[in-house]
Amino acid sequence: MTTAKPNQRGSSHNLMRKETIVSYLFLLPALLFFIGFVLLPMGLGLYTSFFNYTMKNPVSADTFVGLRHYIDLFGNPAFLQAVRNTVFLVIVTVPAVTLFSLWVSSFIYRIHAGLRSVFRIIFYLPVVTGTVAVVVVWKWIFHEYYGVLNYLLKSGGVIEKNISWLGSSTWAIWCIILIMFTTYVGQPIVLYVAALGNVDPSLIEAAKVDGATDMQVFWKIKWAQVMPTTLYIMVITTINTFQCFSLVQLLTRGGPSGSTNTVMYMLYETAFNLYDYGYANAMGVILAIMIGILSAMQFKVMSKEVSY
Amino acid sequence: MNKLKKSSPYNILTMLALILLALSFLFPLYWIITGSFKSQMVAVSATPAWFPLEPTVDNYIRLFKNPAVKWLTNTVFVSLASMVLVLLTASLAGYTLAKKRFYGRAFVFALIIASMALPKQVVLVPLVRIMDFLKLSDNPWAVILPTVGWPFGIFLMKQFSESIPNEVLESARIDGAGELRTFVSIVTPIIKPAFGALGIFTFINTWNDYFLQLIMLRSRANLTISLGIATLQSEYATNYGLQMAGAALGSIPIILIFIFFQKYFTQGITMGAVKG
Repeated sequence: MTTAKPNQRGSSHNLMRKETIVSYLFLLPALLFFIGFVLLPMGLGLYTSFFNYTMKNPVSADTFVGLRHYIDLFGNPAFLQAVRNTVFLVIVTVPAVTLFSLWVSSFIYRIHAGLRSVFRIIFYLPVVTGTVAVVVVWKWIFHEYYGVLNYLLKSGGVIEKNISWLGSSTWAIWCIILIMFTTYVGQPIVLYVAALGNVDPSLIEAAKVDGATDMQVFWKIKWAQVMPTTLYIMVITTINTFQCFSLVQLLTRGGPSGSTNTVMYMLYETAFNLYDYGYANAMGVILAIMIGILSAMQFKVMSKEVSY
Repeated sequence: MNKLKKSSPYNILTMLALILLALSFLFPLYWIITGSFKSQMVAVSATPAWFPLEPTVDNYIRLFKNPAVKWLTNTVFVSLASMVLVLLTASLAGYTLAKKRFYGRAFVFALIIASMALPKQVVLVPLVRIMDFLKLSDNPWAVILPTVGWPFGIFLMKQFSESIPNEVLESARIDGAGELRTFVSIVTPIIKPAFGALGIFTFINTWNDYFLQLIMLRSRANLTISLGIATLQSEYATNYGLQMAGAALGSIPIILIFIFFQKYFTQGITMGAVKG
């Protein structure tokens, strides 16, 4: 028996080696796409952010500028405004989406399965309809003279004069938030309904026997049990909001006077209208860092709350 | 399943509020469909027509004078090709990461997870450079290839492949089945639900994508339906009927597909979130 041992180890080594070859053959197609169209562009983006790389320069004429793009960015009032707007969108949207979807889900997960499915589909519809179709119709709804919103508010006596929603630096960002909200709650509702359905009913029964109120049951048991879902929802909503581009590009193009400009939209303008690729990539790197830090923070705060 | 025993005032009020909210979530879609049948005069009148009393198909006639059918077929092609390639590559890779023990496994998986945490859109600028280099600019493959590269599918397939029983794989090995045959005839039937979920997920997301398509496709005949609608909007700013016809053409097919495959889609969303 003792002599068989080294042999066995040798053959398991061989097996592992054989497995390694097969494994990489199986991984190869996926890795080719992943490396070529995700990792490589990520690396290129970081690299060119240190160069003065514009459309006019042929690649060989790129000049190394070190951190100049980054230093320029933090002295650029337009960029700082875009950062402020982006952070504002996150601060408003993330709690609103999370709380709203939790509220809707905590009600519909208990109702009849067919009805629940109808609600879930309806709240998911704006996601499936597609950003462009959604924005095109909202732009009409928001229009100063042809829009149904002003008509409703005027006939309801809420406003006296038509408001140019998208032309006002106060209101335009709220229009974006509203559309964003309707397209962001669909996925969290699906997730919360699934998570709430998985909460162990015996926990709730036990608490009720002990005389807990509905409110107590909700916060002490259900809220604690769905905490991983909440965390996930907050992280994806944050990341999505940070990348908000299509709404801005289709609705306001960052205006009026930069009031709806976001980092992602400014990056697009810089890269594809000003052709200043290096500068745009520096914005991309900053955006990635901001998203990374925020996600990590949320993860930390939430996991602390989970562990009690 | 009806656990809502008491119809307390709170429950009734919540139900009413939810119905109102659901109606307002439906309203944009209603406005698209009815709007597409409104004449220009009705569409821009100061008093909105809640229903097109004199419906017209002029908007659709004008829409199809644009290459709208081409836009639609382009969209179908891009979405289908992305879906098939994602399913092929991700199922192989996900199964391997879940069930094979090989050198570098932890590293590959860590790389995939780390890149998923980064914003997808920051790679777009360098991607344009890569597509120019590959002579693929203004080509549907410039949209397909990055969609396939995004590793979410691998992650989803890996999560699902964990549930394949090791004994089944072991007995296939003892029976002398080759690696590829094991994958095709044993693994794929087990992970079928994941194929459904990832497939419909990829199809719908690619259909509705905008940013990637916007920077990659340029000439009018190569546009997707998303880009087509956006183009109509910038060309005919207040021709709402035409814009709504475009929006209806782009969204109705995908909504029907979504409702039809809803079960798989919901599964995909919840599976992706497990240990997300």
